[in-house]
Order: sequence, then structure tokens, then C-alpha cells
Amino acid sequence: MNRSFFGELFGRSPVEPIQKHIGICHDCATQLQPFLKAVYANNWEEASKIQTDIVKLENEADDLQMSIRLHLPKSLFMPVPRTDLLDLLGTQDKIANRAKDIAGIMLGRQMAIPKPLQKPVSDYLKRSLAASEQARKVINELDELIETGFGGREIKLIDKLITKLNSLELETDEIEIKVRGELFLIEKDLDPVDVMFLYKVIEWIGDLADLAEKVGQRLQLLLAR
Amino acid sequence: MNIIVENANILMIMACCFGLFMAWGVGANDVANAMGTSVGSKAITIKQAIIIAMVFEFAGAYLAGGEVTATIRKGIIDPGMLGDQPELLVYGMMSALLAAGTWLLIASLLGWPVSTTHSIVGAIVGFAVVGISASAVNWGKVGTIVASWVVSPVLAGTLSYWLFKSVQKLILNTEDPFEKAKRYIPFYIFLVGFMISMVTMTKGLKHTGLKVGYGEALGLSLIGGLATMMLGYYLVQRASRNAVINESDRFANVEKIFAVLMIFTACSMAFAHGSNDVANAIGPLAAVVSIISNDGAILQKSAVPGWLLLLGGGGIVLGLATYGFKVIATIGRKITHLTPSRGFAAELGAATTVVIASGTGLPISTTHTLVGAVLGVGLARGISALNMRMIRTIFASWIITLPAGAGLAIIFFFMFKGMFS
Repeated sequence: MNRSFFGELFGRSPVEPIQKHIGICHDCATQLQPFLKAVYANNWEEASKIQTDIVKLENEADDLQMSIRLHLPKSLFMPVPRTDLLDLLGTQDKIANRAKDIAGIMLGRQMAIPKPLQKPVSDYLKRSLAASEQARKVINELDELIETGFGGREIKLIDKLITKLNSLELETDEIEIKVRGELFLIEKDLDPVDVMFLYKVIEWIGDLADLAEKVGQRLQLLLAR
Repeated sequence: MNIIVENANILMIMACCFGLFMAWGVGANDVANAMGTSVGSKAITIKQAIIIAMVFEFAGAYLAGGEVTATIRKGIIDPGMLGDQPELLVYGMMSALLAAGTWLLIASLLGWPVSTTHSIVGAIVGFAVVGISASAVNWGKVGTIVASWVVSPVLAGTLSYWLFKSVQKLILNTEDPFEKAKRYIPFYIFLVGFMISMVTMTKGLKHTGLKVGYGEALGLSLIGGLATMMLGYYLVQRASRNAVINESDRFANVEKIFAVLMIFTACSMAFAHGSNDVANAIGPLAAVVSIISNDGAILQKSAVPGWLLLLGGGGIVLGLATYGFKVIATIGRKITHLTPSRGFAAELGAATTVVIASGTGLPISTTHTLVGAVLGVGLARGISALNMRMIRTIFASWIITLPAGAGLAIIFFFMFKGMFS
């Protein structure tokens, strides 16, 4: 008799889990910093430990994503379109996936980063992570957005955050060009296969920022309707 | 005629027992829906909810429950048709109570969203058609009642939609929502006080012997509204004093002010619920009591005795105290995403609709009205997720409840008829 139908009227809100999800994805990507440090120190044991952590966080994000998807049946009535919300979630998840890819390939090939490239790559990663941190901030406004019932003021605030996110992404693009240029200068002295993969890893680090920007764009799409 | 006089005592006791059973059921289940929104939004604790419900359910039932009770008692069936067979009406009303009570018990055990109002109306129409004749039913009135079941959720939804929209515009979507909340919320509190006073003055005080004119009622209600507003203002000031500034959770403080408002809307909801739903238990009982105490004569004109409304109010409180609090807790846990700024809009929209219906004597389902109000807030993009499957289930339960109530009433009707004759 305790099963009350009035309580059943309220579905589980996806907002909080989605915010938690981007938190996990961002945490997962941040692990790349200590990972890189271990790689620079040639400490592959430590690197492998951190890579395990990254995989664990990525799995956690996957599980959470799955459970959010399962709890968003078509019969749920929400202030935002369900498909947009699912797209947003999928984009968030890709950040963690990309982080896992980077750690995976670097550990698997025991890729050493050439000395002259170490500092630029570190800075580059830091910038990319700043973008994903900004994406996390944007998503954290989601509950305020619903709280105000999609008020114009809140939308303006989110627009501001997203503009910042876009400019962060632009910065990483510029740094990416610089890092690639520096690699180009020394590539002839390196093993060609290693160089190929170095380019790949540089591209993937940039992807983190790209994906963060896409998260912002998805949220904007959500607001546009 | 003889049958009634001979069995007066036993019939009276049975009818009172069934009426109390029904009132208990209303208190055990329905009140929880009315109060659950307040508990869920954490505006009040379960303990406070129970105290509010007890006081205001009782007040609503006693002060404003007369009109709907009159409808259930003599609006659905045309008593003129039964002048020579009053015992049929007695059996019928008793079986309607027992049928609706039984059906509610079954449905709540299975977790179906049935409405007390729909069950009792279905049961009364059912026994009247089969036990007496189809022409004994006042179909025009039944039509109005059924229409009001459609209109009330829609009206409540519209009201709560605009209430929430106004809150968005005046408070939430501004530079400093906290200051705006402090300024505007007392006005919403005024609305609550005014509405309750108005209905009590114009419709409620009849059986207590006080007569107030429309102008007087308006004046007194304004005073009532202002008095409520003063109290609200004081509470708002007190609540805003222990506010903390926290940038990441800007709206936590605003919600604290809304929580004050929600205390008032919770009272109005309990009042509205008491005023409408007490009739489901007391209406049929009033019919029986009136016939028995007049030795079998069916009188068209006689007010509902005050002690019956007291009994109904008492039964509701009993149901709440013995069982309802558990259901309130269950619901409260489930709807935590309904913050006070939304919960208040839903409650005020629903309570206003129900109180208007009570004033016009229409028995409507409080819960369905509240569901309509919640959807209204949802349409204003205020709630992050609503389970629309539930709406379908509620609609389906409508279609089942009417024949189920009717069928059970018919069975009990022939059972009583066989027992006493």
C-alpha cells in the first residue's frame, strides 16, 4: 500500500547524473598529467599504474552513461529534448575515451617524448584540460538553468561560459600547430614510426579540447529550442 | 417504512462504521498525495506535514465541506423518486460507502492510482441504476460532475503554469532573485490567505449559523489575507536572516524563502482537500442519517448536521495518523526534485481549483487536480523529468474505477436488501 502513484509521477532527473558524468570524464582526462610526468621520468611502472586508473575512470563513465540512458525512457517529459540530452552525454563520454586512447597507445608503445618536446606537450595538455574543466563548469549550470525555467539571464551567463570555452579551444589549436612545428624540426632524427605516433598523440590531446567545445555546443543546441 | 424504524439502531451504526472506514481511507491515502509535494520539496518535515494536515483537513472538512456533501447526498440521485421506498436509499448509500471503501483498499494494495471521488460517484450511480431505476439518477448533475473531472486538472494546470511563469519573471529570472523573492513572496502568501478566507466565509459558515453577506465576506477575506501576509512577511524575514552566500548554488537561498511560502500553500492544500473529499465519506452517511432520524421520510431540505462533518474530519485525521504518514514519507522521498518554487505553484494551482469546486459543490479528485497542476509547472519548463506513463495509467484507472465501484455497490446493495427484508 506504500506504493504511491503520485510519487511515480516524478521521473528520475537526469541533470545530476549528467553533471556527475562530466566530472568523471574530466577527472579521467586530468590523470594524463601525472601519466605524462611518469613517462618523462621513464617510470613505466608508475605510468602503467596511472593508466589503470584512467581505464577505471573511463569504465565508470561508461557505466554511468549506460544507466542514464536506461533511465531516460521515451515516456519521460522533460524541458529539453531527450535526443539532445543523449547527444550531450555521448559527447561528454568521448572525452574519457580519448584520454584512455592517449594513455593506452603511449603505454603500449612505451613512447618516450623527445626532450625538446616535453615542455611544449605538457603546456599543450594543460590547455586542453583547461577546456575540459570549462566544459565541466558549463554543464554544472544545467541545474541552475532548470531552476530558473530557462530564464534569459541564466542563458546569457551560460553563453559567456561557452564563449570562454571556445576561446580556450582556439588556443589549443594554436599551440597544437606550434608543437607540431617543433616536432617537424626534429623528426628526421627520430624513428619514423615513433614520429607517426607522436603526431597522432598530439592530435588526440587536441581532441580533448575539441570534444570539450562540442559539449558546449550541444548545450547551446539544447537552449536554442 | 417499518424496516427503517425497526432496524434504526443497527442501520445507523453500520452506516457510521462504513462512513468512518471511508473517511479513514481518504486520510490514509489521499491526504498523502496532497501533502507529499510539501514534504518532497523539503519545505516542511513529515511531522509538520502531519500537524498541518490534521488541523487544516479538519478545518476544511468542517468549514467548507458542506456543499459537496450535499451534492453527494442528494444531488446525484433524485430522492423524489423514492418517496415510498426510503429503505432502498439507505441500503444503496451504505453499499456505496462499502463498495468505494473496498475498491480503494484493493486498488491501494495493488498500487493503482484510483480516486476516492470517482469510486464513490461510480458506486452511487451504479446502485441507483440497477437497484432503483435509471431515471432515478440526476443525469444532468452527473454529467456536470464528470465534466468537472476533466476541467479541474486542466484548470489547475493552467493556474500553476501561470503562477510559475510569474515567479520566473518576477523572481527567478532577475538580477537579484533573493531580494525579489523577499519582496514578492508575501503577495503570494496574501493570495493563499485571501482564497481560504473567501471560501470559508461565503460557503463554509452556513451550518455554523453565521450568515455573512458577499461584501462583508470580501472585506473579512481581505483582512484574513493581510493577516496571513503579515505572518508570512515575518517568517520570510526570519528565514532570510540565516541565508548564506554561495556562488555555485545561487538559488539555495531563494528556495529557502519559497519554503516559507510553501508552508502556507501546504495549509491551503490540506484545507482544500478536506473541504472536497470529506464528502466522499460523509455525503452518503448524511443521506442515511437524515432518513433514519426522520423515521423514513426523505426530506429535500435539511442542512448537513455539523456532527457528521466533525465525524468525517475526525476519520480523515485518524487515517492520516494511523497510516497516511507512511505514504507521505514514501512520496516525499520520491519527489525530491520538486523544489519549493515549483511545489508551491503546483499546490496553489491545485488548491485554488479544488476550493472553487468545493464552493460550487462539485466532487472532484484532489489528486488528479494536483497531477494536472504538476504538469502545468512541467509545461512551463520547471521540472526536470515527469513520467508521462503515469498519466496514461491514471486515465486508464478512471475507466476501471467507475464500473468497479458501480459493480461492487450493486453486489452490496442486493446483499443488504436480502439481509433486512
